[in-house]
Amino acid sequence: MKNTKSLMKPFVESLAAILIGLIVGALILIFSGYNPVEAYLALFGEAFTVDGFARALAEATPIILTALTFALGARTGLFNIGGEGTVYFGAIMAIVLTNVWGNVLMGILGGILAGAVWMAIPAVLKVVRGVNEVVSTIMLNWIAWNVGLYLLLRLQDPKSAYKTISVPEGARLPLLVSKSELSIAFILAVLVAVLAYYLLWHTTLGYELRVSGLNESAARYGGINPKKAVMWSFIIGGITSGLAGALEVMGKPPSYAITQGLGNVYGYGFDGIGVALVGRNHPLGVILSGIFFGMLKAGATAMQFEADVPLEMVKVVQGVIIVAVAIPGILDLLRKVVRK
Amino acid sequence: MMETILALIFGALTAMVPVVLTSVGAAVSERAGIVNIGYEGILLMSAFFGAMFAEMSGNPWIGLLGGAFVGMLLGMLHGFITVYLKGDHVIPGIGVNLLALGVVAFGLPAYWGTAGQHVVPNTVRIEPIISLAQGISLSPMVIVTILITLVTHWVLFRTPLGLRIRAVGENPEAADALGLNVEKYRFLATVYGAVLAGIGGAYMSVDWLGTVTKTVSNGRGFIALANMVFSGWNPLRALGGGFMFGFFDYLSSWVATNPSIKQVIPEQFIATLPYIVTLIVVSGIIGKVRAPKADGKPYKRE
Repeated sequence: MKNTKSLMKPFVESLAAILIGLIVGALILIFSGYNPVEAYLALFGEAFTVDGFARALAEATPIILTALTFALGARTGLFNIGGEGTVYFGAIMAIVLTNVWGNVLMGILGGILAGAVWMAIPAVLKVVRGVNEVVSTIMLNWIAWNVGLYLLLRLQDPKSAYKTISVPEGARLPLLVSKSELSIAFILAVLVAVLAYYLLWHTTLGYELRVSGLNESAARYGGINPKKAVMWSFIIGGITSGLAGALEVMGKPPSYAITQGLGNVYGYGFDGIGVALVGRNHPLGVILSGIFFGMLKAGATAMQFEADVPLEMVKVVQGVIIVAVAIPGILDLLRKVVRK
Repeated sequence: MMETILALIFGALTAMVPVVLTSVGAAVSERAGIVNIGYEGILLMSAFFGAMFAEMSGNPWIGLLGGAFVGMLLGMLHGFITVYLKGDHVIPGIGVNLLALGVVAFGLPAYWGTAGQHVVPNTVRIEPIISLAQGISLSPMVIVTILITLVTHWVLFRTPLGLRIRAVGENPEAADALGLNVEKYRFLATVYGAVLAGIGGAYMSVDWLGTVTKTVSNGRGFIALANMVFSGWNPLRALGGGFMFGFFDYLSSWVATNPSIKQVIPEQFIATLPYIVTLIVVSGIIGKVRAPKADGKPYKRE
């Protein structure tokens, strides 16, 4: 069973990274005068309630999709950090289109279109001018942030100062658990991840994407155009994070809108990078790590409420986990530490 | 009119400091072959801890040292993973950037009891050396930044130490064969880069802006990386590029306080200026500059 073993190793390595994140988080909690046991019990206990679990899955929905953006990029040899800005435009476009044509499909189409078009910018810059995507996508995130704030003012709800106009009722996604935030959007996100898996490992395009990611000159030698692979990787990645924004406004009660300062769509792109790295850039791994990060996000408020720990603590833990992911041979390292 | 021009020049000099320091540090690190994209996080965290150290000691210069110290620790972490463990260069940088978002967002309420913005008291902010009028002043850190740039440039291109740093980034195999300790030079260059960014971060909170917010670094770490590429990994040119970015950075905040311009162009569009300029510059210039050959590649002894 060589296959199971080769699948198990990255899984265990990610678990080790998570463990390091939690340990460092605990140390920071102690240092800041909090009780880490109490904090973590509140944090993870939340997922064992029906409400908490529904919220964890709802939180997992957008970050599974933005993680696919990064994972698809990484499989093509790119560090695509532009998911963040793409989410804003996906959400904005979905609001515009559903308010013109009040149905779900138009909202989804809006998210996909906005994502593909916005992500085509770094793709063209990369292919035509050789611009490093780390720099271009980060700059585009800041541009998206400011342009997004401007568009928000144009879409202001006349009845409420803190949000944009809402997605009309006919274009909202049905809830999976009544009175929760969990809508059918979660199933769609999982479906997209499975599709991404199918694309990468069972289609010609996916093969081309992966080969150009592994070795550009080998790809060229094998008759694959790496530039085409880069274009597709960006555009499909744009579609998934654009969709994340659209589903976020179409499937999350009570606002079904974008709140002031892009509040409810901010940060999903960055979280997605972490989800992708812990999921080892594998679409199916992304589903699992997306649910884990969703649990953290859902539990963060419980931790703030019950243990009085600022919910941002969770971000610290996430950051440490990512740094730990970069450590090669993390298992051997842990083993050495434990033996000592 | 004269006053406006002076305000723009002084403003650009003031705003260039964190970008130039980070670009110069990043250039040294990459000349030695280590890519670090975690400078955004280093700027953010050292802005936070710099203010904390300054307020604890009552001295802004201790704040700058504190920022340098935080930079050093983060540089050592990055160097440990990339140089000694041969890990990926980009992922730990992403991690540090995310970590910084968490640490500062967690630290603001935990330490100062404020969720949004902490204002650094005037008593622990660095006094300007020249102050011509309200809003037109120059910090001694501008001079320090120029000096650091000149010295770094001189060391990098005119001394044996600089030659060694560049050698381990261009051809580590050859450097190793000549008996150079590749890992040592790479590690030290990485730490140097992070220390400069740490000073730049603390400068934002204890000198220039005088505040700590969750987004005080505002993408300047990434602008610095873009500036480093634009300058061809050359500290002296990074000073010029940094001045240009500083100009647009200052211009966007200047326009934001100028109602007559705001009426014509929305302030949100002006705020995108530094980022758009960065994009244009980077896409216009790439192809003419060359990165150090072994940049971003882990070196394993055979």
